[in-house]
Amino acid sequence: MSTASSDPALAPARRGADPIPGRIRAKRSPRPGTWISAVIVVLLVLALANFLVTNPVFDWPTVAEYILDVKVVQGVGWTLLITVLAMILGTVIALTAAIMRRSENPVLRGVSWAYIFVFRGTPVYTQLVFWGLFTVIVPKIALGIPFGPEWFSFSTRDYFPAFWAAVVGLALNEGAYLAEIIRSGLNSVDKGQSEASKALGMGNGQILRRIIIPQAMRVIVPPLGNETIGMLKTTSLVLAVPFTLDLTFATNAIANKLYAPIPLLIVAALWYLAITSVLMVGQYYLERYFGRGFDDRPGGAGPAKRGRRARQAAVNRSATTPKNSLPEVEQ
Amino acid sequence: MSQSPQDETVDRTADRSSSGTNTHRADAPALIELQGVHKAFGDLHVLKDCDLTVEAGEVAVLIGPSGSGKSTLLRCINQLEEPTAGRVRIAGVTQGYEEEPLPDGRWQKLSPKRIARQRARIGMVFQRFDLFPHMTALQNVMEAPVHVLGRSKEQAREEALALLQRVGLGDRAEHYPSELSGGQQQRVAIARALAMEPELMLFDEPTSALDPELVAEVLTVLKELAEGGMTMVVVTHEMGFAREVADKVVFMDDGQILEQGTPDQVIDHPTSERLQGFLASVL
Repeated sequence: MSTASSDPALAPARRGADPIPGRIRAKRSPRPGTWISAVIVVLLVLALANFLVTNPVFDWPTVAEYILDVKVVQGVGWTLLITVLAMILGTVIALTAAIMRRSENPVLRGVSWAYIFVFRGTPVYTQLVFWGLFTVIVPKIALGIPFGPEWFSFSTRDYFPAFWAAVVGLALNEGAYLAEIIRSGLNSVDKGQSEASKALGMGNGQILRRIIIPQAMRVIVPPLGNETIGMLKTTSLVLAVPFTLDLTFATNAIANKLYAPIPLLIVAALWYLAITSVLMVGQYYLERYFGRGFDDRPGGAGPAKRGRRARQAAVNRSATTPKNSLPEVEQ
Repeated sequence: MSQSPQDETVDRTADRSSSGTNTHRADAPALIELQGVHKAFGDLHVLKDCDLTVEAGEVAVLIGPSGSGKSTLLRCINQLEEPTAGRVRIAGVTQGYEEEPLPDGRWQKLSPKRIARQRARIGMVFQRFDLFPHMTALQNVMEAPVHVLGRSKEQAREEALALLQRVGLGDRAEHYPSELSGGQQQRVAIARALAMEPELMLFDEPTSALDPELVAEVLTVLKELAEGGMTMVVVTHEMGFAREVADKVVFMDDGQILEQGTPDQVIDHPTSERLQGFLASVL
């Protein structure tokens, strides 16, 4: 088969001469809807800008003054830290719960079901208050035989500060939601994949780790990104613990002191938007990594990253599909 | 007889040298031995009392109408299906259970680990290829040698490249399955199975999902394998392949093995009406 570049008659033309004679010169069909909607949107945006600039309630000088305030920036740091730690811990819990749900062991299935039932079924605020009171409810943890001797014990107060109560509380709640997402991701992997792995002599753990989870991640990452952004905003509830260094608490405290709630709400909103943007970049790279080998992976270069259109070209170029060597076995 | 783990580890260098010929040692047990294998899904009896023997180096081709139980029989050989009744032995070793029943007459199932070790000795190629889409062709072939046999990555890579070369895909090693044609994918799948140095290979309609012009390249690889002395059980509708390559053709219908024999006996001189009808529809 000859390709366009090897045939001088079909080589790309320098100028003027179109290599495709009779190319259709198409005129777009009229689309007045596009123009009408554009005009409406422009007018609305101008109105909004006018409203934002001229309304003194927004108090932009105060926004500018406090957007880089030390307390606010520290609040951003704490919020980000809680979000990331709670998501990592939550994902580990969720993966464990999802795998337990698929187990042949009815005890593990039951435990996983009960965990999801409780932590998905109660408000996260209630859970955070509970974890905040944990050191009061459970002042001491001891290792021993129930009702029997006690080998060793420690005071929870020393090891469970409000920060970790917040992280653990958010992670346990998140894990219950993520468990269902991960379970559906694991179920989305074709059954032939685990059969092929079994036929190669791989064990169940290996099949899960090496074959099923990497493919399930492709389905899991987009909702996981959603959940991370949700978590970012849920951290504003950690005052229930109470943990009082996060972004929402910091801006609220300043707002109460200045008696100016609106500019500091804008400060908080702008920071949440900024963090979300950063997280979206991270999601893009995760999706690209776990999409490797699949046709719909976004962008990039190199043999692994071409789309469906390139597949046939790759097949043809390889010329490993013999054209004429029909089987001697066929009559 | 109880098995020591050594018996089951995947070391079969001793077998390889003799597998190039079709000589059968009279005293050794048949490589594949199915005894009264029966499979029922509820009231549906997919396999009915099937007996089949395949000697080392033989190529057995299973033919029959769809739904006749060919694939299920094949999947019983490497325990992707558990027979409801009957026994499967590979090289004299009962698959999936201990050799002797317990005192109360029940059979002790093997642990998942030991079942995995038994499967590792049997290569299988599927109709839909079932390559791992998130790995390149090379990674697909290296996966099991590294993670099941514990080979070093360097050694596994070298062997995998040699195998890809052997199936004519030496220059496709770094490509993902989605960038390969069906025939190329199936040849990678064959290389992946061969990388485990199996004692026998199972093929479940290996060309049925392929465009007609891609069937030949896969059948050529199968033929070369057969000529190399590999023991093979092949479910296929390719009668030309069966006639040329098979030592034994097995006709199944409605879950039963109705006829078996040489290609000449089964394909050219069928005795039962049902086989004559089937052949008339496919030839």
